[in-house]
Amino acid sequence: MEFFLNFGITPAMLLVAWISGRILERRHLNNLLLLESGSSDVLAVTIEDLPPDWHVESGELVMGNVVISQDYFKRFAASIKGIFGGNIRVFEPLLERARREALIRMKGVAHARGYDAIINVRIETATLASARRNGKGTAGVEILAFGTAITLSGGRRALSGAWSG
Amino acid sequence: MIISNTQEIPGKTIVEFFGVVSGSTVRAKHIGRDIMASLKNVVGGELKGYTELLTEARGEAMRRMSYQAESMGANAIVNIRFATSSVAQGAAELFAYGTAVTVE
Repeated sequence: MEFFLNFGITPAMLLVAWISGRILERRHLNNLLLLESGSSDVLAVTIEDLPPDWHVESGELVMGNVVISQDYFKRFAASIKGIFGGNIRVFEPLLERARREALIRMKGVAHARGYDAIINVRIETATLASARRNGKGTAGVEILAFGTAITLSGGRRALSGAWSG
Repeated sequence: MIISNTQEIPGKTIVEFFGVVSGSTVRAKHIGRDIMASLKNVVGGELKGYTELLTEARGEAMRRMSYQAESMGANAIVNIRFATSSVAQGAAELFAYGTAVTVE
């Protein structure tokens, strides 16, 4: 039984994780492209000082967050790669996807409340400890994007002179 | 209460400073959600239960921060920052802090 648990389940789980992980990743990337084409009317910038020709009417904090986890196959691949060191490339697409998702959610909140732009955007990353296995490993990674959404007196047209978003 | 992560509230001027205000909360999801999340860990992707948990918890931390600012007599909080840490298994501390001010 012990032998089966160690050498039978692991390859099966790896296969299932690899296939489903790939499907989910592709679906998410397609979804991101679709959403990003729709969220382009809210300009998000990391600067805090506004150009002098922007006349701000009101502002409010907006946030977008996502907790995401790596699939079993990629964790396994990364642990092997970790022996030799170097770039762990399998982790990079996941974090990139999570950041894009968090930004889209933040822009979505700003858009729904009628704001024109988001300034001083910050992105933070935090790992969550697993609830099992004595807290070893990570349950997931949280990405939080936040910024100050503003409305401009000239509306969205006021933006087009300064930048195009 | 106007909350912003910029040094000033856009379109307003600060007339009085009250100092640092903060709010924090430690949250854990019930075991069912943790089991669901660990199953989702096999295939990867978003852990919606945890996303919800952290959104609620961050809202609570910000509410506590707002109460503190209100009790001081402030009407806005500027330069707000967030910090997240895993204090125990399956629990996370959400911490929000900023500077309480009065704006006009």
